[in-house]
Amino acid sequence: MKKKKHWYDYLWIMSLAYLVLGFFNILFAWAGLLCFFIPMLMSMFKGSKTYCNKYCGRGQLFGILGGKLGLSGNRNIFKWMRSKWFRYGFLAFFFAMFFLMIWNTWLVFSGANELKQAVQLLWTFKLPWNWAYHGTIIHDGVAQFSFGFYSIMLTSTVLGLVTMLLFKARSWCVYCPMGTMTQLICKVKINRIKYKTRKVLHSIQFLTWMRTLRVFNK
Amino acid sequence: MKKRKKAFVDSCYCVACGCCEKECPIGAINVHKGISATVNFETCVGCGKCSKECPACVIEIREVNGEKEKTLV
Repeated sequence: MKKKKHWYDYLWIMSLAYLVLGFFNILFAWAGLLCFFIPMLMSMFKGSKTYCNKYCGRGQLFGILGGKLGLSGNRNIFKWMRSKWFRYGFLAFFFAMFFLMIWNTWLVFSGANELKQAVQLLWTFKLPWNWAYHGTIIHDGVAQFSFGFYSIMLTSTVLGLVTMLLFKARSWCVYCPMGTMTQLICKVKINRIKYKTRKVLHSIQFLTWMRTLRVFNK
Repeated sequence: MKKRKKAFVDSCYCVACGCCEKECPIGAINVHKGISATVNFETCVGCGKCSKECPACVIEIREVNGEKEKTLV
């Protein structure tokens, strides 16, 4: 039976469009912040990974490339890649690089550094990207953030593609920093709920104990 | 006693990506509170689609025979 398609099943087009638009105008990179904040807010307020399950355009794109187009190697991922050490380590590394990018943006905003019209692939290779910035009336720092953020998005896409070619279609999801972070938020949230419930139960227990003590004293 | 196949999730390594949820033809598996996938053993028929799709390879299809289980995948 063919499953009914929803509007969110086509979000892979947005992911693809995002990558393509970055080649023409780097300022489109700002739109990538949606992929950063939406899953975070969803996990914070809904306490679920609905974004990964339904709305992740990149996951859908890998699913199509690896599944429907058959580009995936369809091998099992290495055990160490799904370990907590690797996943949380990669998350920490990814965030360290993200904050370094923010710092570089700040240096351009403050005037200490000049705008570097380059995209850093895999945090190592600097690719000239000057064709995608034509200068605007807005501050250079805004463009610097775009270059930095697009570097992150392009790097994660390249990593995801390599993982997809080697392993299963959506193997990137195993160590995707956003996925790891939202799962962590969900875990913290559920533990907080458990802690609060335990606290309420303890206070009820304490009150009943106090009441029985008062009855005995009378 | 009739042997039945069921999907078992290793919740320690599950990344809760939801690929299994999408793949399950009868909706017997879902991601619980964004932490890990859980299987409804009442409805699971052990077809193995979720196991095949799981990118983290944390779903096993086991034969359940009363109290004993035999690992198949």
